[in-house]
Amino acid sequence: MDNLELKKRANDVRKGIVTAVHSAKAGHPGGSLSAADMFTFLYFEEMNIDPADPQKEDRDRFVLSKGHTAPGLYSALANRGYFPVEDLVTLRKLGSYLQGHPCVHIPGVDMSSGSLGQGISAAVGMALGGKMDNRSFRVYTMLGDGELEEGQVWEAAMFAGHRKLDNLCVIVDNNNLQIDGPIDQVCSPYPIDKKFEAFNFHVIRIDAHDFDQIRAAFQEARETKGMPTCIVMHSLKGKGVSFMENNVDWHGKAPNDEEYAVAMADLDRIAEELEKEGQA
Amino acid sequence: MADAIKKIATRESYGNALKELAEEFPQLVVLDADLAAATKTGIFKKAYPDRHIDCGIAECNMVGIAAGLATVGKIPFVSSFAMFAAGRAYEQVRNSVGYPHLNVKIGATHAGITVGEDGATHQCNEDLALMRTIPGMVVMCPSDDVEAKAAVRAALTYDGPVYIRFGRAAVPVINDRPDYHFEIGKGSVVKEGTDVTIVATGICVDSALGAAQKLAAEGISAEVINICTIKPLDEEIIINSAKKTGKVVTVEEHSVIGGLGSAVCDCLSAKLPTPVKKIGMQDVFGESGSAAALVAKYGLDAEGVYKSVKEFL
Repeated sequence: MDNLELKKRANDVRKGIVTAVHSAKAGHPGGSLSAADMFTFLYFEEMNIDPADPQKEDRDRFVLSKGHTAPGLYSALANRGYFPVEDLVTLRKLGSYLQGHPCVHIPGVDMSSGSLGQGISAAVGMALGGKMDNRSFRVYTMLGDGELEEGQVWEAAMFAGHRKLDNLCVIVDNNNLQIDGPIDQVCSPYPIDKKFEAFNFHVIRIDAHDFDQIRAAFQEARETKGMPTCIVMHSLKGKGVSFMENNVDWHGKAPNDEEYAVAMADLDRIAEELEKEGQA
Repeated sequence: MADAIKKIATRESYGNALKELAEEFPQLVVLDADLAAATKTGIFKKAYPDRHIDCGIAECNMVGIAAGLATVGKIPFVSSFAMFAAGRAYEQVRNSVGYPHLNVKIGATHAGITVGEDGATHQCNEDLALMRTIPGMVVMCPSDDVEAKAAVRAALTYDGPVYIRFGRAAVPVINDRPDYHFEIGKGSVVKEGTDVTIVATGICVDSALGAAQKLAAEGISAEVINICTIKPLDEEIIINSAKKTGKVVTVEEHSVIGGLGSAVCDCLSAKLPTPVKKIGMQDVFGESGSAAALVAKYGLDAEGVYKSVKEFL
């Protein structure tokens, strides 16, 4: 898929995020939007998966360790064909399968997650299991930068580095904002890259919204042998929705009807620009 | 005569069972957190080094790794002391294992006060309570070598999360009989009686049998029920016995809050209101001492159970 096509898909994913959170009247749009390009690339390009067979034995695995950004994952899964996009409006509602945080009963979700720090351990276990049986699948997990404050992240990183799990790729969504404020003011996990290097990871720094860089990073991760890879992606929280961008207030809040209209207009404008780009 | 009784710690039974079942269950892998020598998973490690994963001193991560392994088809047995497996890693067990209902087994050793000299920090008297509260979790507490091995096998054939509690101290083998049969969720009447029901679990089954003997000498007929599976509880066996005796005593090497005693009360209060006396740790921490001295001090040996039952009747 070329970059223009990926950008269009990512924009659809963002519309799904905003629509789901608006409908739920709760949820986490900021970190879902910052990771939307990465979700899109993972599910439309990078991972060996089949939406028609979500449990395919040797599929690549993905664990959303920063599980509160479930709207981003769900929107990517829906747009990829795991379940109807129309179902996104049932997010967080009683009786819906789209729980507030990822749950294994949802088609395409490989691990329940959301209690921060736990997803990466499960991903490490999947990668270890793959190694033990010489299986070919790769394992991806995405963490928030605030999540790095959880001690369990480093227990998992220590183990992955020690076991040389080169089938594991850890992605850190570095949008620099957590609920209580900028991460470097709350309890700084910086330098993130040097920390993962110290835990025997190969570290790649990229712009989270540049598909060339995302593509190259995964290529490099696949070619890296003898150690796991950590992709630290510098991102913009709320990316794509004007009033949510780099604004911590939108970490865990739903837009009201007026705000939703503005958000969708922003994304429609981006869609139009992408159409023009395609015709040019 | 007492010297002739065979004694073995259930943690030893656990390590032996893992090794014995390894060929039959090729997907079995064992995880430990730097305690393989103490939890006895070292027995398995020696025979199957490639299937033993030492996670270092990081129990929370170990539980998460086990969850991940289960999602790719392994049957992981996670081992540590009960304090760390059920206590420190409680939330990981709840959210990464219980909620997705993964096929992870937790073999927790050094439970209760018979940890002995290490003292209160390492004497977990709360694990049964914690594990019972997790939806879908099977909770077992074997009474001896025979039952411990049977529980490990049963856990491996069962699809879903299981917690099994093992002890540090050597305990008498009491189930070594030809007709012994083990099933998850089934208790057994180990001594029939008519005046009082003593429901016991783990190492306290032997204490209950000893107490029943002392009571018999005074003409009191106690029925002793061995409950290995605390959850799901064999309600039928308890209700049937309570109907007969009208008085129930529970005995466990665990807090009287949330463990076997509470499970029995939950059952009887709803289905057959019956006076119940709970013997166990009475909402206190343990302390350093030999296992035997502690069991005596806290009234969990045959003498202690005998006295408590007498007071109750």
